[in-house]
Amino acid sequence: MERPVKISARDLRNGLLTSLWFMFLTFPLLVVRADPIEKTITWRWPNMMYVGAATFVIYLISRAWLAHRHERFNRAARVDQPAARGAASSLMSRPRVIMPLLGLIGVVALAIPLIFSTYQTNIMITALMYVVLGLGLNIVVGVAGLLDLGYVAFYAVGAYSYALLNLHFDIGFWTALPIGALLAALFGILLGFPVLRLRGDYLAIVTLGFGEIIRLILENWNEFSMGPSGISNIPRPGLFGLELDLGQSITYLYYLMIGLVLFTIFVVNRLQNSRIGRAWFALREDETACQAMGIDKTRTKLTAFALGATWAGMVGVIFAAKTTFVNPASFTFLESAIILCIVVLGGMGSIIGVILGAFALILLPEYLRALADYRMLVFGAVLVLMMIFRPQGFIANVRRTYTFGEKQEGA
Amino acid sequence: MDYFIELFFSGLTRGSIYALIALGYTMVYGIIGLINFAHGEIYMIGAFTALVVSVALSIYNFPLVAIFVLTLAAAAVWAAAYGYTIEKLAYKPLRHAPRLSPLISAIGMSIFLQNYVLLAQTPDFLPFPALIPDFAFMEPVSHIVGSSDLAILVTTAIIMVFLILFIKFTRTGKAMRATAQDRTMAMLVGINVNRVISVTFVIGSALAAVGGVLIASHVGQINFFIGFIAGIKAFTAAVLGGIGSIPGAVLGSFILGLTESFATGYISSDYEDVFAFSLLVLILIFRPAGLLGKSTTEKV
Amino acid sequence: MKLTGVPASLFSALLLTFALQTASVAGTIKIGVAGAHSGDLASYGLPTVKAVELVVNDLNAGGGINGNPIELLIEDDVCKPEVATNTATKLVSQGAHVVIGHICSGATKAALPIYKDAGILVISPSATNPALTQSGDYPNFYRTIASDDAQARTEVDFAINVLGARKIAVIHDKGDYGKGLAEYAKTFIQQSGTAEVVLYEGVTPGAVDYSAVVQKIKRSGADAVIFGGYHPEASKIVTRMRKKKMKTLFISDDGVKDDTFIKVAGKYAEGVYATGPTDVTSNPITIAAREAHIKAYGKEPGAFFDNAYAAALAITNAIARAGSTDSAAIARILTTQEVATPFGNIRFDDRGDAIGIGFSVYQVRDGKYVQVR
Repeated sequence: MERPVKISARDLRNGLLTSLWFMFLTFPLLVVRADPIEKTITWRWPNMMYVGAATFVIYLISRAWLAHRHERFNRAARVDQPAARGAASSLMSRPRVIMPLLGLIGVVALAIPLIFSTYQTNIMITALMYVVLGLGLNIVVGVAGLLDLGYVAFYAVGAYSYALLNLHFDIGFWTALPIGALLAALFGILLGFPVLRLRGDYLAIVTLGFGEIIRLILENWNEFSMGPSGISNIPRPGLFGLELDLGQSITYLYYLMIGLVLFTIFVVNRLQNSRIGRAWFALREDETACQAMGIDKTRTKLTAFALGATWAGMVGVIFAAKTTFVNPASFTFLESAIILCIVVLGGMGSIIGVILGAFALILLPEYLRALADYRMLVFGAVLVLMMIFRPQGFIANVRRTYTFGEKQEGA
Repeated sequence: MDYFIELFFSGLTRGSIYALIALGYTMVYGIIGLINFAHGEIYMIGAFTALVVSVALSIYNFPLVAIFVLTLAAAAVWAAAYGYTIEKLAYKPLRHAPRLSPLISAIGMSIFLQNYVLLAQTPDFLPFPALIPDFAFMEPVSHIVGSSDLAILVTTAIIMVFLILFIKFTRTGKAMRATAQDRTMAMLVGINVNRVISVTFVIGSALAAVGGVLIASHVGQINFFIGFIAGIKAFTAAVLGGIGSIPGAVLGSFILGLTESFATGYISSDYEDVFAFSLLVLILIFRPAGLLGKSTTEKV
Repeated sequence: MKLTGVPASLFSALLLTFALQTASVAGTIKIGVAGAHSGDLASYGLPTVKAVELVVNDLNAGGGINGNPIELLIEDDVCKPEVATNTATKLVSQGAHVVIGHICSGATKAALPIYKDAGILVISPSATNPALTQSGDYPNFYRTIASDDAQARTEVDFAINVLGARKIAVIHDKGDYGKGLAEYAKTFIQQSGTAEVVLYEGVTPGAVDYSAVVQKIKRSGADAVIFGGYHPEASKIVTRMRKKKMKTLFISDDGVKDDTFIKVAGKYAEGVYATGPTDVTSNPITIAAREAHIKAYGKEPGAFFDNAYAAALAITNAIARAGSTDSAAIARILTTQEVATPFGNIRFDDRGDAIGIGFSVYQVRDGKYVQVR
């Protein structure tokens, strides 16, 4: 079927030029290593060869791939629409496929703590926490279209509310969970007010600043937050007063997270299809038109911030309970950036996408441990490549469209 | 009074550095509407290239002036090359993608570049040679204003003037303004938009590299992580002044630098960044598009 | 779905994993090594890995401990508490018997409850937070470094009694280690009654410039600065102070007592005081360890190498003498019997602090740290 892609002499020449360019580019940092203390210089010429060769090969491969994609795209355009929709999404929409699939995922998810070691379960808890964080931020960024670079602030609010309440008033996990959520929502509204008038990237920088302010206060106000040395010995969640050992409490936390994820998915899904959800979508698409339709912009924005923050607050409480220790170093801008990456990588506005994104981004660095030093390098590169090859994310959010003449399949 | 003047000058020095980086942010934003998070990394790469080149040259016993000029030139050239390549690799394919995709690409690029330098060079802090000598005529006031402060201020001022002249009067500068205003329209009147975008990245990166060399020489040390905080601050400054506006970026940078300096001096450096960000929020409440940004009324 | 079959098979899988875990106990002794091995703090964590490797390779070459070979489980925690819990559970899952680590106090605090629940003994070469031993919350914790308050005490006593400082500016880097130290220094100065704290401030690590803070120090009229934090910030502050022709004394901590500080700050480092573990360069074990490191890796050992070497020696010695990997047995040996380390003969007190590891004050003279007290 597929015709082999030819590589022309032109491609070879361009490949050579590109590899020369990269050899030039990486020359001072990758080939030369300066030691300003001893005033010596090490030349690492083999590195230049590696860069040249690698660039050349990658260039040719990407040429071939692009040509291939181009051709397929052309053919798809000629054959007409249906093929382009992709098998996955049409498969997903069929209940006969989706139900057993969901069942399988459910069984596997429930069985994980029984099959795998506590370490694996522990990582899965982290991944699930980020699923909820991603879904929460998705309300703000994906659904309401408000770019929030300081989401980690609400996460911190949740974590510290449990830590501090427990420290001072001996309040347990289950009481702290709703309090943390509520406080985070309050902070969401607090952030929401000054930024009501701001749009796009102005909003982004203010939220970034807000996140930093919260972290800096936690870091500097020792009397309140114990400062950078943090709060330790936070109890893990209790189960009707039972004494749990490490493995059991991790298993327990795992099932708790599964429950929270399901609850989040349910609520977020209902929210998206509710009146306020539609208002968010409208806000994202066109603020002015949305206002003209009689939607209260202030209220809509504030609910988006508040409801988004709620989830971060809850996960924050769980974070504190899981690590049993909090300090401000866990709530840096990078954390916000990772959560944002989860939302965008997964596909903005899509619940399944966000779940996939969270698993990819949290499990990837964990399993890349073997790469040691190269781990973050690969992580950065993967982000860039993902965006280039799938800018809309894993699952593109298909907008609900109503068409005439097509009957809906049975639900 | 001395105290006030000292704080004022240290604020100006900070502001100048922020300005050199913020210009790159604001130019890129003005033209393609992208927050280029990797811009701070370009600043860091510029400084690192300068370190390598200056050490190499000093081994071969070049005179100090030659080292300074060649180092600055090399840093600018390589930083520009990195800026150009990054745009082609990570942003150009995304020009018609959803709005946030290039942002994620930029964050990825930033993480990649930090770790690239960490692996290719070193994770440790390195001393950076003092490229700016202590001027003899500054001796009497050196307890208030250092030679490197002066050099940074003067260099920044000269660069600003040239940049503004360039944007205002040259063909490329006009093309850049036209592209910033309306990309489609610019294309229609025959402006090679891709070239304009490349030029923007090249200039912005070179400026950041100059900033990197100056501040590294002033502070006397670098590592792979210096770009991050500088980048965030410069971005804040650019937004403060009205992102997309070149005079705005300069004004925003100086306001930010002075605020930080005075807040540290008269209140406490514990909350230095809190003051900076609070100021930003405050200004944006009253002028939602920054100090010099045009607040466009949307037509419906 | 056959609901009846599932739990049964799962149960057998569970049994299997348990069986696998216990099966490996008899043969090898597993020592976990946890700390920052990548990222910006790697230079504090990697020397520990090398120290432990050197000790263990030596032992294994001689047939291991009591005939049992030692296996190292090396795991990265990037010095982040949330990662450290994963690291700790991983080490527990892999069946580590003892753990050498973690490097940062925050990560250690997060990881310790997990080891405690699993009954694993932990010995850190570098976590200096006082609460780790003094709070009594972590009976399974030991360390081969003195705690922050001891260090702050040394700094303050030296500044007031030896240098005669009366007005002291306390500066820190807002970090876990630096600020903790600064808090103690502040309290001790206030308690002394002879000196006063004229300035107490935190600087932002990584900020482009510290001129404003330095001016503030100058205006405060301090005759000495006590800085809590690491060498990058210290060298920036000292450089700026000396460029402004300020002669204010500069006293700092273990994070600054690092040759990198002298290399980075260059001539401005001259005269700076820093506290650090008592000089042990003449100890034969230290000399041998350093030579082994140079032979194996071709360069001088890095931060906390001696402490990690001591930790590895102490723990392997305790396992050997106890004749088992049982925590209680190891702990008994650690607290009752002395062991020869780079720091001389040490044993541990009931809280887990090493007896015999103290702090001395050093000064930079002609580009080298020289012990002055």
